[in-house]
Amino acid sequence: MKIAVCIKRVPEMDVRFKIAASGNAVDEAGLKFDMSDFDGYAAEVAIQIKEKLGVGEVVVIALGPDTVQETLRKALSMGADRAVQLKADAVPADPWSIAEALAVELRAGSFDLILFGRMSLDAANHSVPNMVAELLDVPCVVAASQLDTSGGTVKARRELEGAAETVECSLPAVVSIDEGIARPRYPSLKGIMAAKKKPLEPKPAQLGAVRMTRRAAALPPDRAAGRIVGEGAAAVPTLVELLRTEAKVL
Amino acid sequence: MPNILAFAESRGGDIRRVAFEAITAARALASGGEVHAVLCGPPGIAAKAAELAKYGASVVHVAEHAAFANYAPESIAAAVAQLVSASSIRAAVFAASAQGKDLAPRVAAKLRVPIATDVIRAQWEGETLVADKPGYTGKVIATLALTATPALISVRPGAFVAAESPAAGRAETLALPLDPANARVKVTQTIAGDNAKLDLGEARVIVAGGRGLKEAKNFELLETLAAAFGNAAVGATRAVTDDGWRPHSDQIGQTGRLVSPDLYIAVGISGAIQHLAGMRTSRTIVAINRDKEAPIFKVADYGIVGDSLEVVPALTSAVREARKGA
Repeated sequence: MKIAVCIKRVPEMDVRFKIAASGNAVDEAGLKFDMSDFDGYAAEVAIQIKEKLGVGEVVVIALGPDTVQETLRKALSMGADRAVQLKADAVPADPWSIAEALAVELRAGSFDLILFGRMSLDAANHSVPNMVAELLDVPCVVAASQLDTSGGTVKARRELEGAAETVECSLPAVVSIDEGIARPRYPSLKGIMAAKKKPLEPKPAQLGAVRMTRRAAALPPDRAAGRIVGEGAAAVPTLVELLRTEAKVL
Repeated sequence: MPNILAFAESRGGDIRRVAFEAITAARALASGGEVHAVLCGPPGIAAKAAELAKYGASVVHVAEHAAFANYAPESIAAAVAQLVSASSIRAAVFAASAQGKDLAPRVAAKLRVPIATDVIRAQWEGETLVADKPGYTGKVIATLALTATPALISVRPGAFVAAESPAAGRAETLALPLDPANARVKVTQTIAGDNAKLDLGEARVIVAGGRGLKEAKNFELLETLAAAFGNAAVGATRAVTDDGWRPHSDQIGQTGRLVSPDLYIAVGISGAIQHLAGMRTSRTIVAINRDKEAPIFKVADYGIVGDSLEVVPALTSAVREARKGA
């Protein structure tokens, strides 16, 4: 099976972000970057499928400036076979523009299975997989929490609010991967060494039209400092009174 | 006066609360124009169109099909896309629910129009739809400008409070350009969750617990408190779900559920930033924690410093008492 995994380089999220002087982006100075969480799950799923079958190819694709090569190398060190960088100065704010660039590469690759993370942690659009599927005219399952491709078809499970659904479609297909499906492995030293020799091909991204721009980025307003109502069970009557009269939630 | 489309999400023949939120959001964008709702479901769902009219749908485009007992992504996306392109719809509003997150980008791709997802605010600036949405795990709000119409948005559950505003709700039949029987993607089964359990995304009140509860068994106290509210769900921190005290699906935070209930009661939760990312948009936050320096008190409107095992039962009795008169 020929599997593509589209991954994104994003900042690590355990920080307090600052807004860049431009006013429409996060200030990236001093931030650490890594593969977006859900994309790591997708890469792991792809590598596990190939390991199980014993044959096939896993190709990782990332769009962006040369810094994304580090992220691609990480996927190679996990076990992907080769990498493609779709070179662009920046990742556009419009998911459609991204999807068009990816579709050009994916169409040429004739993949059986195209995996994505459910969404990127920075833009959080959760739109690119569906759009790529539409452009390639193949079926699409998003946010799969379980995936079985062993029968030559896609059998997946999706988590809903308080429920779940099982979904089936044929291959080739686009599937985006939810958390919890398979914990991404840490690259071994051997894997890291091997990754250095694996092919990583940069080529210009053929970005699609942009009809959505990010005009501003801002930090959410801090919540007004609350107050300690009191200590222990003795404070409960005061709390309940405030919930009823002030917050009006009781 | 633009006409705005709202996708009225249903599951198993029942309209979901997020449908009313989508209609409410659409009404604000219509500013006097008509709201057209789309309702797809199994036979019998047409009878529920009146519920959508109550929230402001002037027209309800209904498609009934036995296959719509489950979600049918390709068929519904094709029908919505056809309706939007055939009518003078300036924008379409979906819920950013599991279903809407699947559906809305499909429709956008079919129509080759822009989409902003998980939106918390939206307004027109002339012909440009300007939408705010959280990114970076809720730590940054992006303001997006959608420079072509029709423009699509999906709205974060809870961000737009459903408000009634009765309209005609004239029923029309929604054409299905793709019969669900011929779709490539088939939802084979919808597995109902525990019916007694209210979902975190639907609950107006959430009682969440962390390690401070000391052991899994003490979550029973939170279940009892949730029951006293009557409309509450129980959530947990990642530490707790990783330890197997609670199911993974109950996790609230950066990598779990993002919730915005009217009332969030954090019990024995210190307030790690990953957890705050999932609940800081709650309308009112109450924290109960033994450590008065815990970061959760910085985001909480009201705090009680004390032993959860002592405070929660007292709160349960008090809530029960207060709700008797409600």
